[in-house]
Amino acid sequence: MAGALVLLTLAAAACDDGTSAGASGGAEETLTIYSGREEEYVEGLFEDFEKSEGIDLEVRYGDSAELAATLAEEGEASPADVFFSQDAGSLGAVAGAGLFAEIDEEVLGSIDERFRSPENLWVGTSARARVAAYNTEALAAEDMPDSVLDFAEPEWEGRIGFPPTNASFQAFVAALILLEGEDTATEFLEGLVANEPLLYEDNEATLRAVADGEVEVGLVNHYYLYEVAAEEGDIPVANHFFDGGDPGALVNVAGVGILATTDGPDAARRFVEYVTGEPGQTYFPEATHEYPVAEGFNAPEDLPPLDDIEAPEVDLSDLAGTLEPALELMAEVGLL
Amino acid sequence: MISAPLGRGRRAGAVARLRGQGPRRPPLALRLSGLAVAALMVVPLVYLVVRAWGGDSGSWELILRGRTVWLALRSAGLAAAVTAGAVALGVPLAWLTTRTDLPGRRAFAVAAALPLVIPSYIGAFAILSALGPRGMLQEMLEGPLGVERLPDISGFFGAWLALMLFTYPYVFLTVAAGIRGLDPSFEDAGRALGRSPWGVFRKITLPLLKPSIAAGGLLVALYTLHDFGAVSLMRFSVFTQAIYLQYRGSFDRTPAAILSLMLAALAVGVLVLEQSARGRARYYRSGSGSKKPLGRLELGRWKLPAVLFCSAVAGVALVLPLSVIGFWLLRGLAAGAPQVAWSAAGASVLVSAAGATVAVGAALPVALLAARHPGPGSVVTERLAYSGYALPGIVVALAFVFMTTSAVPWLYQSLPLVVLAYVVLFLPQAAEPLRAALLQVGPRIEEAGRALGRSRRTVFVRLVAPLAARGALAGAALVFLTAMKELPATLLLRPTGFETLATRVWTGATAGLYSNAAVPAALLIAISTVPLYLVARRVEAEAGGGRP
Repeated sequence: MAGALVLLTLAAAACDDGTSAGASGGAEETLTIYSGREEEYVEGLFEDFEKSEGIDLEVRYGDSAELAATLAEEGEASPADVFFSQDAGSLGAVAGAGLFAEIDEEVLGSIDERFRSPENLWVGTSARARVAAYNTEALAAEDMPDSVLDFAEPEWEGRIGFPPTNASFQAFVAALILLEGEDTATEFLEGLVANEPLLYEDNEATLRAVADGEVEVGLVNHYYLYEVAAEEGDIPVANHFFDGGDPGALVNVAGVGILATTDGPDAARRFVEYVTGEPGQTYFPEATHEYPVAEGFNAPEDLPPLDDIEAPEVDLSDLAGTLEPALELMAEVGLL
Repeated sequence: MISAPLGRGRRAGAVARLRGQGPRRPPLALRLSGLAVAALMVVPLVYLVVRAWGGDSGSWELILRGRTVWLALRSAGLAAAVTAGAVALGVPLAWLTTRTDLPGRRAFAVAAALPLVIPSYIGAFAILSALGPRGMLQEMLEGPLGVERLPDISGFFGAWLALMLFTYPYVFLTVAAGIRGLDPSFEDAGRALGRSPWGVFRKITLPLLKPSIAAGGLLVALYTLHDFGAVSLMRFSVFTQAIYLQYRGSFDRTPAAILSLMLAALAVGVLVLEQSARGRARYYRSGSGSKKPLGRLELGRWKLPAVLFCSAVAGVALVLPLSVIGFWLLRGLAAGAPQVAWSAAGASVLVSAAGATVAVGAALPVALLAARHPGPGSVVTERLAYSGYALPGIVVALAFVFMTTSAVPWLYQSLPLVVLAYVVLFLPQAAEPLRAALLQVGPRIEEAGRALGRSRRTVFVRLVAPLAARGALAGAALVFLTAMKELPATLLLRPTGFETLATRVWTGATAGLYSNAAVPAALLIAISTVPLYLVARRVEAEAGGGRP
């Protein structure tokens, strides 16, 4: 046991080194972010923020849903100031538990109302559209169906792939239930399963499979095409955006909310301003190929403007409440 | 029927007569430390009861639907099948590498233990990418045979295969250690009475190994019950998945808590089964003087099948996942020099070593009570101490989030908390080998010491402790290896900014950057190999009779 104590003391010392080193630059403020967004995609933005605002960030990376559950357990004692979520569902859950403070209307003024909570409890930072990515050697644009629901038809047997455990796919199923009802959603998923789709771990694996011709079509978020192309060079893949408010063209957001228990409300507000303002809104289109959510910023290169996407009318705040039936449905048809 | 009277009835009776009484009452200090450990272990259970209590009746309705029962059956079925498979792999491997003239047995002994360092989610991923419908095997078959698509291996078969291949080393290691502790005089007696080598193995060796097999099988069964990574990659719905879906899909933690309590109940069922499989048998060496080395069996014409069997297991459980990681590693290297996560490696070693040390310390009273003072109190302590091992990591992690933020906020998100969580999660891995070692020490050694006028304490320190040290070392190694791979509790409880190799793998894999994940994954495996190699070599060397 003595050895254990020595080790623990060492561990504690090592840990102090690690966490306090960043704060040694003087009496700067520190903000704790719980980030469900991957380090890879937000690190650059966070570093820019620290430099330009003089506020240190302590970022805790994790899975969005698990971080939301953690926030609920922490309650009053939460060390977090800001929750940066991968999807609107987890934001809605934390908002529903009454853990978010209201964000100033001034800060939110420039953000499209579709992309923030009606009570101003959370706000989107970037938008992503669902697409059907297809292999251009196997299919032409006119081969693509009018609706994502058509992929349940027998002609698509063995030609489709998607990642069922991915939060964005699950949000799409939740939106489908909201838009078309549970019966249609069930019928669609059953048809999809009957077509023996190839199921992948995540969006990126799905897109790579499309590029390799393993499947002809992948149901993914729009920006993975650019992620994979950046690593692999030219790939024979194109994004198909569905028209006419089809559920397959759902536009979802990643976003932030300020915890009611924050001890640095001003710094937290500055952070939200930063990521929803010019720095953030130019960062995401460039770095991750996501759409800006504030007015007056351009879509990423090579992408149709967000306004041209005929997305379905879904209140993103409702997604959180429909996620549970969506997951149950997916489990019932054998996708989870 | 040679083994039964030798191994059980008469010998156990003889021991009891010698002691002249039933189980001794444990000393107060031991009882108190046992209680303290049990108290730490029930943290998740208390939390679950609090959460389950707080919910409305609707949550219970949700739970009592047919699907929940169905999932419980699937979990139990998978645990049974994986355990049976792990025993079917682990026992022959242990026997072949320790007791026969198998060519290359030293290498095979190390290779047989090594799959333990591969996290089951990485293993399942490797199996899928190699044997999936359009995996590497299909690619190889497409050219010559025109196979366009292999049958889907996910589902029950895939989950069973992945879990069996990456957990059988628990059985292998405990059984190999058990064989090492065997008294050869039993086998000699069997042979002298004209049994064939196979008959001796089946009628004498195997029954004597029952406690070791049960101990390893217990670890496998409980591991299978709480695993989430492999079953979710293989898309086989079991209990843990229902719990995860609750956390993911709704903010109401009551249903998840009720489901977790049911999973804990399932684990108690496994413990009861193990208890009965372990039986009342006690296996001490009666012998006077020093134990003589165990003989080696000549395999003869079975040599080739034995080598093929060992190679096949090593190929699928070791070479295959390492190749997949190697593939991504090479891609990463080709794309530019990836960052080597040295600080994460240091952090992993530090926190896992601390977890292993504290776990052995905490396991000691539990194992001592179980081995030396069997009785209702010891049984309850042991059952409680094992409950954390059956719960999914996220449940234990959230329990600690809740308990520390409401009671001891200064402990929250600190390294000692991560270490405590490891102890709760992995205590049985330390306790099982320790108990097995203690059972083999035999009370008569202690009695001899006492008869020579030594205090109980002196006897323990001078006689029992050195003999139990081997079990302690094996237990520490197992906990260290598992802690290196642990993810959910580390993610939720670590100090902000604290990175281990497992969290680095996770970061890379969730971002879809397998090449980034490959470097920490390779490092994780390389580091884990060191303690595992030491344990495996010890097993091999001592079984080989090469004692100093």
